[in-house]
Amino acid sequence: MTTYIAPVREMLFAMNALAGLEEIAGLPGNEEISPDLVEAILDEAGKFATEVLAPINAPGDRQGNTWRDGEVSTADGFKEAYASFCETGWNGMPASTEFGGQGLPVTVSTAVLEMWKSANMSFSLCQMLTLGAVEAIAHHGSDELKNTFLPNMVAGTWTGTMNLTEPQAGSDLAAVRCKAEPRGDGSYAISGTKIFITWGEHDMAENIIHLVLARLPDAPPGVKGISLFVAPKFLVNADGSLGARNDLVCASIEHKMGIHASATAVMAFGEKDGAIGYLVGEPNRGLEYMFTMMNHARLNVGLEGVGIAERAYQQAVGYARDRIQGRIIGDKSGDKKPILHHPDVRRMLMDMKSRTEATRAIAYYVAGCMDRAKSHPDETVRGANQRRLELLTPVVKGWCTEAAQGVTWNGIQVHGGMGFIEETGACQHMRDARITTIYEGTTAIQANDLIGRKVAREGGHAMRALLEDMATTRRQLDGHGDAQMRHIGAALGGGMYALAEATDWLLANYDAHPQAAAAGAVPFLKLAGTVAGGWLMARSALVAFERLADSDDGFYAAKLITARYFSEHVLPEANSYRDAIVNGSESVLAMHEALF
Amino acid sequence: MKILVPVKRVVDYNVKVRVKADQSGVELANVKMAMNPFDEIAIEEAVRMKEAGVASEVVAVSCGVAQCQETLRTAMAIGADRGILVSTDAELQPLAVAKLLKALCDKESPDLIILGKQAIDDDANQTGQMLAALMNLPQATFASKVTVAEGKVSVMREIDGGLETISMHMPAVITTDLRLNEPRYATLPNIMKAKKKPLETVTPDALGVDVAARLTTVKVLEPAGRSAGVMVADVAQLVDKLKNEAKVI
Repeated sequence: MTTYIAPVREMLFAMNALAGLEEIAGLPGNEEISPDLVEAILDEAGKFATEVLAPINAPGDRQGNTWRDGEVSTADGFKEAYASFCETGWNGMPASTEFGGQGLPVTVSTAVLEMWKSANMSFSLCQMLTLGAVEAIAHHGSDELKNTFLPNMVAGTWTGTMNLTEPQAGSDLAAVRCKAEPRGDGSYAISGTKIFITWGEHDMAENIIHLVLARLPDAPPGVKGISLFVAPKFLVNADGSLGARNDLVCASIEHKMGIHASATAVMAFGEKDGAIGYLVGEPNRGLEYMFTMMNHARLNVGLEGVGIAERAYQQAVGYARDRIQGRIIGDKSGDKKPILHHPDVRRMLMDMKSRTEATRAIAYYVAGCMDRAKSHPDETVRGANQRRLELLTPVVKGWCTEAAQGVTWNGIQVHGGMGFIEETGACQHMRDARITTIYEGTTAIQANDLIGRKVAREGGHAMRALLEDMATTRRQLDGHGDAQMRHIGAALGGGMYALAEATDWLLANYDAHPQAAAAGAVPFLKLAGTVAGGWLMARSALVAFERLADSDDGFYAAKLITARYFSEHVLPEANSYRDAIVNGSESVLAMHEALF
Repeated sequence: MKILVPVKRVVDYNVKVRVKADQSGVELANVKMAMNPFDEIAIEEAVRMKEAGVASEVVAVSCGVAQCQETLRTAMAIGADRGILVSTDAELQPLAVAKLLKALCDKESPDLIILGKQAIDDDANQTGQMLAALMNLPQATFASKVTVAEGKVSVMREIDGGLETISMHMPAVITTDLRLNEPRYATLPNIMKAKKKPLETVTPDALGVDVAARLTTVKVLEPAGRSAGVMVADVAQLVDKLKNEAKVI
């Protein structure tokens, strides 16, 4: 099993060439940020990821969590690693300085978060959920709630959770039944059962702050009647000390396919006289509040796809360099060589590498949009970036996580029979990656958001603006002096054509034939991801070509070859997605249900 | 009391080192670099002495390419007060580094110089000893405990037979062994503060030191693979093999 080494140079390249780090560092509020500081942060974070989080990843997968009488013990080493994670300030890094975070730009924290996800996805989920809860309270909670909970949550002394799902309310949160009754003192008594609560119970922190979706007694039915509450595991006294145990308990934890070291809890609220909770913001606006941070959470899950793909790639390359097997076709030397020399092993590794880089490219690019949408002084630029961010959020979540399935699958294939053996370490990445296309909204949910709210209902303007930016890149490539670059440009052109055609079809058919449009939603998401990824790979190639002479270590040469592989092997998939969208809906819908 | 700590930029110990195809050295292209782990222990020890009020200033020094600045920033993120880069693209061998450090010590007059006992790239284990000799200072190598009291420094050393404790006048040279301490991870606020700490760059020429290599690398090879073991029939055969084949007893 190989260890994880943070790909700092790859990350810096994506941040600089694609996300626009230099511009972001110059935005108001980012005065502290400079390129050498960013590199120092990535180096130190990479060290922590390699030395503290990566070594407990496989053991944590084997051991998992233990539930006993409502208490959950985490796998060996997690408690200590978490303490160190908080002590060094990594836990609160992306949070605002107001509550003890470092307030770094999203572009910078994205790279650091990718490291945690690569090194130990189970571990990283605790921080992700805590920061999501911090964001919800910071944006919508009263000053009292903020002051009571946020400093300790940012410091990591307390962790946070999101209690949304119930057995009958999964993708459809309108079916939430959990109840909240006023207690007369401004607080509420919460009762009901929540499932799939990530890090819902554990022994790493002093307190756990649950955000819970529940209905008030007079709430209207459906999505318009759901409110958001804070319910801490231990009540907090006026002086900030911990008080009584709240009436909420972890009833059990799930046995899962992956992310074994992260406890997925069934939470029972109010089995006695009701769990005490505090309303966040106004009544009946809970779902809306959840959605403001769900977009950020979706980008973070997309980033999990990038992180796991990177880890699987490193593991596969490590094995392919060492494993000596078979004669290399066409090799006259007769020497025994590692499998890295076999053409098909190279193809698999190129596939893994190019898809990992393309998903990183799009995730970091969107992080850059988020920074500009928030802090750019020019309102027009802010608006344009906000629209791009909204358009691509479901693509990052859906496409990066779908790509990770193929990358981790190939990761096993590179290992041959040893890949199927757990001890080798390739299986865990595939099992861990599997959840990413499901939670935080399945790929289909992302795809429906994309074709509906982000393209059809919006008139396709955001998608056309993206296609225009792609056309600029294509023109640069078409007029390039190097044949390889023109080749990449032609492939990008083919992808753009497919995306434009499918967008036109969607705009023409979304209202008239909603079922046909929905049948092509996931292919449309994959098409958008493939072409946007191809565009950013092409932009990477342009930058790398200019810098070829700067460095003799092959970094930029590798960038060019990887971009070319993507244009030759991945971008052509755009055509089959287009065909499936434009011509393929009837076969999806034609068969009678009885014939399935 | 001022402490000077030299730090070296080497291939990260987590990286699996591979020999270059032409046997001229190890593959460094796209390989992650980091501070030599023994030097990290040296910085940690110096910073602990400062935190305990024993030392007043910790100066980190690195000799080599411009990227050694990153290694100095790491040292400052752990707690060094400032950094000095002796900037050169030349291949530096231990004697050249010892001479560069001597020139810096002549300027800085530190009370203690704490070095890693060796760097994990060439494992030379020479620079500290050479520096002490060039400066005519007492030296305590392979330290596993360092105590400063009444103007003297007492060092517990790891030696073949176990441990010995020696006491030295200062200024003195100490090299660290693995068990001296467990280095901390730099905190994010300290990483950000390190950027504002002073980092001075000098050249070997300015220090008047000739860094020309004295040794030539003939070739670099992978260590020989371990050969298969054999089952021995009994203790007598084992003893016989240890005596006559392995010649270790």
